[in-house]
Amino acid sequence: MATTSPTLAAPRSPRRSGRGTTRGNLELYGWVFMRVSGALLIVLVFTHLFMNLVVGDGVKAIDFGFVAGKWADPVWQVWDLLILWLAMIHGTNGMRTIINDYATRTGTRLTLTGLLYLAFTVIVVLGTLVIFTFDPCPPGAPADVLASFCTAG
Amino acid sequence: MPEAPAGTLYRGREGMWTWVAHRVTGFLIFFFLLVHVLDTSLVRVDPEAYNAVIGTYKNPIMGLGEAGLVAAIVFHALNGVRVMLVDFWSKGTRYQRQLLWGVIVVFVILMAGFLPVQLGHIFGGE
Ligand code: HEM
Ligand code: HEM
Repeated sequence: MATTSPTLAAPRSPRRSGRGTTRGNLELYGWVFMRVSGALLIVLVFTHLFMNLVVGDGVKAIDFGFVAGKWADPVWQVWDLLILWLAMIHGTNGMRTIINDYATRTGTRLTLTGLLYLAFTVIVVLGTLVIFTFDPCPPGAPADVLASFCTAG
Repeated sequence: MPEAPAGTLYRGREGMWTWVAHRVTGFLIFFFLLVHVLDTSLVRVDPEAYNAVIGTYKNPIMGLGEAGLVAAIVFHALNGVRVMLVDFWSKGTRYQRQLLWGVIVVFVILMAGFLPVQLGHIFGGE
């Protein structure tokens, strides 16, 4: 008797459509995103921590002038923007997994997930606006809190 | 009487505890980030308000909190690399326990480098 082994798709390959299932590949893409964003965040966040906690006087050096100095450079604007978006999507997707694991009642789960998406939207919109509408030398602010380049010349 | 499963792959072993720690640190970092974006947004409201809030981050208690946050991030990141190696590296599963030792060793090295600097900043003179 001839035995033919069934053909198996390689693990984690995308689900083929039209197999009578309503689930798409979204969970797979989420799984991949957690790994890709994690790898990028290592570089992004470790540099952020190094610049803000280790170099110079560390946390003691942080004030309005410090932020103005950093965000005067578009590189650090984009840097912080990438951390904001990647960490918020990564963290929100991770929190969604945690909620799905513990909130077994549908009502509780939907409420918590709704609050999570609300927090995501508020924080991402706010953080993005703050980076791009930031004024390093706001008019009317006392000179001693401003960066030196505001008062020079 | 069904007996408790002996020697399951996962339960109660290193794999489970690192999973718990990965989850707890991810959870904590997420809430830190929400607060962090809110306090940073004060730069857009009033420079003096920002300085006042950030000023409280410089006292010793907050300084230790920052050290704890860094420890959480460093563990989460290193263990995340271990999870990725187990997923993508063909020998990852076989060496997952050695990889855990790698996480511990690199964690200790990074924290040994960071802690003295942080303590110097928060307890050192002005
Ligand atoms: C620094 C670099 C980071 C790396 C390498 C990393 C890596 C990972 C990986 C690979 C996973 C998936 C674990 C799995 O599927 O079993 C994960 C889960 C998670 N991460 Fe991260 N991550 C990083 C930063 C962050 C940040 C900044 C946050 C918070 C904003 C965060 C929050 C979470 C959460 C909440 C989970 C879900 C945990 C669970 O399901 O048990 N991570 N991380
Ligand atoms: C205790 C450690 C930390 C300190 C002292 C710190 C300090 C700062 C400072 C001074 C800024 C203003 C801009 C800049 O300097 O780049 C900032 C912005 C930012 N930080 Fe951190 N940070 C810390 C940890 C983290 C961590 C762990 C994350 C990610 C999980 C993070 C994510 C961000 C983001 C996304 C922004 C931009 C906020 C916005 O869009 O308004 N920070 N941080």
